Amino acid sequence: MTPALEVDGVSVAYGDVEALTECSLTLEQGQVTGLIGMNGSGKSTLFKSVMGVVTPQAGRVRVAGAPAREARRAQRIAYVPQSEDVDWDFPLSVWDVVMMGRYGRMGPMRRPRKADRAAVSEALERVGLVDLAGRQIGALSGGQRKRAFVARGIAQEASLMLLDEPFAGVDKRSEGTIVALLRELAAEGHTVLVSTHDLHALPALADQAILLLRRVLYQGDVAGALEPQNLTRAFGLDLPDSGDGGESA
Amino acid sequence: MSLIDILVEPLQYDFMVRALLVTVMAAVVCALLSCWLVLVGWSLMGDAVSHAVLPGVVLAYVVGAPFALGALAFGVLAVVLIGAIRGTSRVKEDAAIGIVFTTLFALGLVLVSVIPSQTDLSHILFGNILGVSTSDLWQIGALALAALAVLLFKSRDLTLFAFDPVHAHGIGLSPKRLGWLLLGLLAIVSVVALQVVGVILVVALLIIPGATAYLLTDKFTHMLWIAPLVSSACSVVGIYVSYWFDASSGGLVVVTQGVFFALVYLFSPRHGLLTRKRRRPSSPDGTISPSRHA
Repeated sequence: MTPALEVDGVSVAYGDVEALTECSLTLEQGQVTGLIGMNGSGKSTLFKSVMGVVTPQAGRVRVAGAPAREARRAQRIAYVPQSEDVDWDFPLSVWDVVMMGRYGRMGPMRRPRKADRAAVSEALERVGLVDLAGRQIGALSGGQRKRAFVARGIAQEASLMLLDEPFAGVDKRSEGTIVALLRELAAEGHTVLVSTHDLHALPALADQAILLLRRVLYQGDVAGALEPQNLTRAFGLDLPDSGDGGESA
Repeated sequence: MSLIDILVEPLQYDFMVRALLVTVMAAVVCALLSCWLVLVGWSLMGDAVSHAVLPGVVLAYVVGAPFALGALAFGVLAVVLIGAIRGTSRVKEDAAIGIVFTTLFALGLVLVSVIPSQTDLSHILFGNILGVSTSDLWQIGALALAALAVLLFKSRDLTLFAFDPVHAHGIGLSPKRLGWLLLGLLAIVSVVALQVVGVILVVALLIIPGATAYLLTDKFTHMLWIAPLVSSACSVVGIYVSYWFDASSGGLVVVTQGVFFALVYLFSPRHGLLTRKRRRPSSPDGTISPSRHA
């Protein structure tokens, strides 16, 4: 089966600072993957490379067998931004935000047709925000805000969904709701990649975990990722020399 | 003297009718653009581009090209220079903006002073709304209409660009291109407003209406009619006041906008300083109060 996401030898540097060094990973379809790493480990850069915000100096990204650029045009990739990257005062309603998931499928003026409105309604129903559709996006709780953006991805009919720190600023109960929602999406064949600091949520959330420190240190089951020797490597406690061929000077 | 007289008397002069027409056109198109500028956080950029177009306008006058073309060239030049200075030196963006636009603006002043023309420098700096000729009216009208058409056609894409450029990337759009579109429109619209309030005050028409509307509603689509409505109403009031008190018309257009903003800032039903405070203790309905975006 074609992998849902293939990252092959991707390197990204900002000036002299290397954010990703020959990073390679493969995600199978229908799985939830937790992406774990400390601040500056390259999680955001990895997402940005898939989203086309940064262009890697080396390597390639393929989504469902196609180059990432084509996959984006085919509306295959959805993105749920980190809370701090969103202007929550922006004068848009929940409905408006979810409708933006449909823009790539509309004409140049982005006029919603019947099918678009139906898709938005359905997505809002899936995430349980139908009653709040008319609210300004910032007038939602932390968990509801995340669900609104997940709804945008559902309305987009994307097959790959990237979530950047979805549990930051979200209470435990809402976290449970989001985990259940992501599990459902995976069961339907969506591929979900979640970057998170929240290691406690991992066993319930993810089928597998990836430990990232500029490159992939570990990819495998969640229990393995949580083993102390792996976590210490990911969080850089035994740097500068990790002893596994650390050729990145 | 009755209110009717006050409103009708100025209209017997053709120059006043033209002035009001141009003012409303400029107010509407500037106000629309300002809705996006305020939300993207490009007020300073608006300030920069609207000043930097001056040498372009002067040079266009010299070679007999349309003013909009010269404005566009120098607006783009300003943005490129700002980006280049920020990207290739340790100077931060606000300083880069300050350096580029003042230098280009000054270059414009120098050009005006050495190039012989009938155009008075003070008209360019402070506007010359009462001196609008019929051909000016046509040129400004055409530019305003073109900008209006592009803004309405690209309305939703520009909103997406302002709200979530990463998502724009993700669905195959180019936020970079949308950003340039917004900046290009900014340069063209500056030419429209230049005649009304002058180069120095153009930025007022490009920021105040959007900010006022932003304090009045939580719906972007409502901003898109509140801002033009408020801006053209304030501008017309400003022109009338300037007629009756024989004071600077460009100045009064902007002062009226500013006074109205102050009223909205204090008394807006949703986000007014005074109204909001009174309401706050009585709304414990569990909604998260939106945190200011840094």
